[in-house]
Amino acid sequence: MMGNIKEDKQKIDVQQMINEKKSTQNNLKIIEKIVPVFLFLCAALSILTTVGILFTLLRESITFFGEQGFFSFITGTKWNPWAGDFGVLPLITGTLQITVISILVALPIGLASAIFLSEYASDKVRRTIKPTLEVLAGVPTVVYGYFAVSFVTPILRSIFPEIGIFNALSAGLVVGIMIVPMIASLSEDAMNSVPTSLREGALALGSTRLEVALKVVVPAAFSGIVAATVLAISRAIGETMIVTIAAGASPNLTFDPLVSIQTLTAFIVQGIKGDTTFGSMIYYSVYAVGMTLFVFTLAMNLLSQYIARKFREEY
Amino acid sequence: MLGMDETKVQGRIKNRQLLNKIFRTLFFFSTLIGLIVLVMLLARVLTQGLGWFDWEFITTMPAPFADKTGILAGLGGTIALMIVVAPVSIIVGVSTALYLEMYARQNKLTRFIQVNISNLAGVPSIVYGLLGLTFFVYMLQMGYTLIAGGLTLSLLILPVIIVASQEAIRAVPNDLLEASYGMGATKLQTIVRVILPAAIPGMITGSILALSRAIGETAPLIVVGAATTIYSVPDGLLSKYSAMPIQIYYWVSKPQAEWQFVAAAGIMVLLIVLLLMNATAVFIRNKFQKRL
Amino acid sequence: MANNTQAQTSNQQQKSTVFDVTDLNLWYGEDQALYDINMNIKQNEVTAIIGPSGCGKSTYLKTLNRMVETVPIVRISGSIKYKDSEIFDDKYKKEDLRTKVGMVFQKPNPFPKSVYDNVAYGPRIHGIRDKKTLDQIVEKSLRDAAIWDEVKDRLNENAYGLSGGQQQRLCIARCLAIEPDVILMDEPTSALDPISTLKVEELVQELKKKYSIIIVTHNMQQAARISDKTAFFLNGEMVEFTETDTLFSTPSDKRTEDYITGRFG
Repeated sequence: MMGNIKEDKQKIDVQQMINEKKSTQNNLKIIEKIVPVFLFLCAALSILTTVGILFTLLRESITFFGEQGFFSFITGTKWNPWAGDFGVLPLITGTLQITVISILVALPIGLASAIFLSEYASDKVRRTIKPTLEVLAGVPTVVYGYFAVSFVTPILRSIFPEIGIFNALSAGLVVGIMIVPMIASLSEDAMNSVPTSLREGALALGSTRLEVALKVVVPAAFSGIVAATVLAISRAIGETMIVTIAAGASPNLTFDPLVSIQTLTAFIVQGIKGDTTFGSMIYYSVYAVGMTLFVFTLAMNLLSQYIARKFREEY
Repeated sequence: MLGMDETKVQGRIKNRQLLNKIFRTLFFFSTLIGLIVLVMLLARVLTQGLGWFDWEFITTMPAPFADKTGILAGLGGTIALMIVVAPVSIIVGVSTALYLEMYARQNKLTRFIQVNISNLAGVPSIVYGLLGLTFFVYMLQMGYTLIAGGLTLSLLILPVIIVASQEAIRAVPNDLLEASYGMGATKLQTIVRVILPAAIPGMITGSILALSRAIGETAPLIVVGAATTIYSVPDGLLSKYSAMPIQIYYWVSKPQAEWQFVAAAGIMVLLIVLLLMNATAVFIRNKFQKRL
Repeated sequence: MANNTQAQTSNQQQKSTVFDVTDLNLWYGEDQALYDINMNIKQNEVTAIIGPSGCGKSTYLKTLNRMVETVPIVRISGSIKYKDSEIFDDKYKKEDLRTKVGMVFQKPNPFPKSVYDNVAYGPRIHGIRDKKTLDQIVEKSLRDAAIWDEVKDRLNENAYGLSGGQQQRLCIARCLAIEPDVILMDEPTSALDPISTLKVEELVQELKKKYSIIIVTHNMQQAARISDKTAFFLNGEMVEFTETDTLFSTPSDKRTEDYITGRFG
C-alpha cells in the first residue's frame, strides 16, 4: 500500500547494512574511549590551576618568611622594601581605605538601583537599564584608572585644594563605580527571587511600594544582598590598575583619604615592574604580599558563597 | 472608626504616599548615577582623544614623542595574544564543561571541581599574573614571551568560559538527547551531532565576552613581562610583545599633559575593539536564540 | 525477514517471543517503582500498557531499551531477554539494543535540523554515508510513516516548521529509518489533536505488519482500538496481561475492572 514499484526492485536492508558497517565503526569505539579521558584532563586543569596558585604563592612566600620572619611581616608598620623594611600593615590599611571608600559609594547606589529595577521599574525599563549598567562592569580597569587621574582627581582638587595628585579618595570613588553593577545585579537577582505572594500580601494591606520594598523585600533578600556586597568587597580588594594609576605608590600607615597610599595589589605591580631580579628579597616579598591578598579575597569569596548557600535553604 | 480621627488617617496615608514618591525619585536618580558616570567617562575619553585619534595613530609604532606615537605595537600584540588565548581557553573551557555536564558522575570529585571553578573566578587577576610569572616565565623558561602572556590570560578567563558553556549545554532540551540515545547513538555521537550544534551559539557568545575581558586585562600582563616600549608586532610565540592596555597604562603614567591625550586616543581604539566584539556576541545570540 | 512473511501469512502460527521479562524490580534511589514484573511479549503484535499516571508504565517501557538508566540513581534487578540475549548483560551494548528497539516519545522531539537530516540521523550514526542509499532510506521511511506526500517538497526545511502531528510522524519515520524490530511508543498521541491522533493510530495498524509495537497509553479506547494484547499496571505492579478483547470484556482482576469501568484513575 505504501511502498512503490521502484522501491521493491532494489530492496535495502538497513539493519544488515548497519551490521556490515560495524567493523568500520570500530575506530569510533576507540575515540569513544579516548574523548572522556581528554575531557577529564581539561577539567583537571582547573584544579591544577588552583594547586599552581597555592604552590607558587606558598613556595616563594615561605622563602620570604624564612628570611624576614612571619610575625614582623604582619605586624610591621613600615613598608619600604628597597630599604629592607617589610611591615605589611601600611599596604593593608591602604587596601582597607580603598575598600571602605568604594563600598560607601557602591552600596547605596547599587542597592538603590536594585530596588528601583526590581520594585519600581517596568519590564521594558529594566531590560534597557540593566544591560547598560552592566557595561560599566565591562570597561577595562586601565580605562577607569585614566578616568580617575584625568577627570575625578582634578574635580576633587577644586574641592580639597590640599589633596595629593595621587590619593586614596579618587581611586576609591572610581573602584566604587566599577563595583556598582555587581552589587546592583546580584542584589536585584536576590530581590527577584522573593516570592510575589509576599509582595502582594503587603500591598493588599495597604502598604506603599516603598514600605513593601524596605519592610518586606529587602529583609527577605537580605542574605543575598550581603553575599553580593561581600563579593564586591573581594573585587575591590583585588582591583589593581585603578589604584596603581590613581592612588600612588606611597605605603603610608594612614586613614587620610586625601594623601597618596599604596595597596597590596599596587605594590605587586611596582615590585615586579622594576628591574626586580629573580630570587631577590623584593621578588620574594611580592609573593608574600600576593599570598596576603589571596587569603583576603579567598576568605571573602568563601564567606559570600556560605551566605548565599544559607540563603537558598531558607526558601 | 475605632476612635481614630478620619482626617488624621487620611493625612498619614498622604504622607506615606509622598514618602513613596520621594524615594521612588531617589532610587531612580541613584540608578542614573551609574549611567551618568558612564556617559562622563565616554565624553572625557572622546574630548581628550578625538584630536589624536586617526588612521596614522592606529598604524604607527610607539615613539618617544607624544605627537609621533601610535598604538600599532599594542594593537598587534593584543591580536597576537588573542590568537593564543582563544583556541587554548575555548578548547579547554568547552571540554571541561562537556566533561562536567555529560560524563562526570555526581560525586565528591565533581562537586570539588565545580566549587573550585567558582573560586577561581574570584581570584584577583594579578594573582594569575604571579602564577604565570613563576610557572610559565621562570619554571618552564618561556621568558617574557607572547606564549607566556597568552597562557596566563587563558587560565584567567577559563572559569568564565566553563560556566557559560555549562549553561549552554544545560539549555539543550533533554528530549533531544533522549531521541538521539533512543536511536542507538553513543554519547560521543550525541554530543557531536545534537548537543554541540544546539549549544555552540551560547558557547561562542560566552567565549567572546570572556575574550573581551582578556583584552582589557592589564595587571597580569605587567607581571608576566609585557613590554611597554617595543617597536614591532609579534611574529611568533616566542616574540616579545605588548598589548593595548599596557600601552595605555604606560601613557597614563607619564607626567606630561599631552600623554593624557595619547592615552585617551589609545582607549578609543581599545573600546572600539571591545564594542565590536560585544556587538558580535549580541548578534550571534539574537540570531540563534529563536531557533530553539 | 523470513519470520515476518511467515507471521503475516498465518496468524494462527505460534509467534516468537521478542521480550521475555522475568522478576523485574526497579528502584529510583530508595523508592521502588516496579515490582516483580513478568511478561512475555510476542513478535508482530501491538501490546498496549495502560494504567493511571504514576503506575510505572513509562518507566517499564523505558527499561526495555535501557533508556531508564539515563537517570543515575536507578537500580534494577531481574532479567529481560531480548530474543534470547540478556539485555542487562555487560557484553550486550545499550547502543546495539537501541538499534533494534526503537522509541517514539510522548512529546514530538525532532532535532532542530532539516526533515531529511532528521530521518537520516539514525543511518548516519550507524555509518551509512552513501548519499543514494540515504535518499532511498529517507523516502522509504517517510512513506512508511505516511508523511511523504506532506513533506516531499520541503525535505530541506527545518523540521520545527511542521505541525505537531507531522512532527510526531516525522519522529516515527526517524525511528523507522534504521528498521528496528520493536518500536516502543510512550503515549505518542497525548500531545496531539484528534485528527493527528487518528493518523498515528492508523499508522500503528499498518506498522504492525513489519514491527512489534509496545505502546503506553492512558487512553483506554486507544488501547482497545489498536492493540492485540493489553497489560494493566497499577502502583508498579502488573495486575493483568492478556488479549485486549478479554481484558476489556471479562477482566479477571477486580482492580482491572474498577479501572476500565472508570471507578478510579
